[in-house]
Amino acid sequence: MLILSRKINEKIMIGDDISISIIEIRGDQVRLGVDAPKKVKVFRQEVFDAIKAENKAAAESAIVIPELDFGVKREPL
Amino acid sequence: MKVATKAKGLIEVDERQKITFPHGLLGFETLKDYVLFDAESQPYYWLQSLDSEQVAFIIINPFLFRPDFEANIDNEELKAIGIADPGKALIFSIVTIPPSGPMTANLQGPLVINRDSRQGLQVILTDQRWKTKHDIMAELQTANAGARK
Repeated sequence: MLILSRKINEKIMIGDDISISIIEIRGDQVRLGVDAPKKVKVFRQEVFDAIKAENKAAAESAIVIPELDFGVKREPL
Repeated sequence: MKVATKAKGLIEVDERQKITFPHGLLGFETLKDYVLFDAESQPYYWLQSLDSEQVAFIIINPFLFRPDFEANIDNEELKAIGIADPGKALIFSIVTIPPSGPMTANLQGPLVINRDSRQGLQVILTDQRWKTKHDIMAELQTANAGARK
């Protein structure tokens, strides 16, 4: 892991087309600006973790599904 | 082909029910091959791993209980599973039935399946409206109440 220090309004570049700027530092919070091509996905780590955890919970679901009236028939795939 | 399933034991499925997730699902990255089949009760389906009998997901069309659902997915991501026309994409949401508490659906990490190539991927939506746990029964009631107005 590369560890470096930056001041407000300074940036780091990742490759040629991704830049991260330090916009604001307040107490223990840092506001970052991420400038990246649209194809690069940028997410908070917690979002990834939440979806992983939800997939795990889903895989442990009961195999009996409660009946709910959706008022529709299953559409053919 | 015969497949060992978590929900129904050994069943016969058609080769065309096979769905490949080249990147797996989040947290299940090593499991790429699944089969999709009807669950006992409509409108659910089972997505059963072919590599691990104990890994199976209940999935549902999220629009059935959230008519306002929107999945804004980058076209490049869709192209990765061969979807050129977003209209051809099937969208599913994974259902969680916890030991206690309501049955929920994950709208933040829906599955997108290419109906023709039978390849799929799990995407992460950035729209803050969509969470990992949506109470299906409550939202269905809200949707039905809205439809009656």
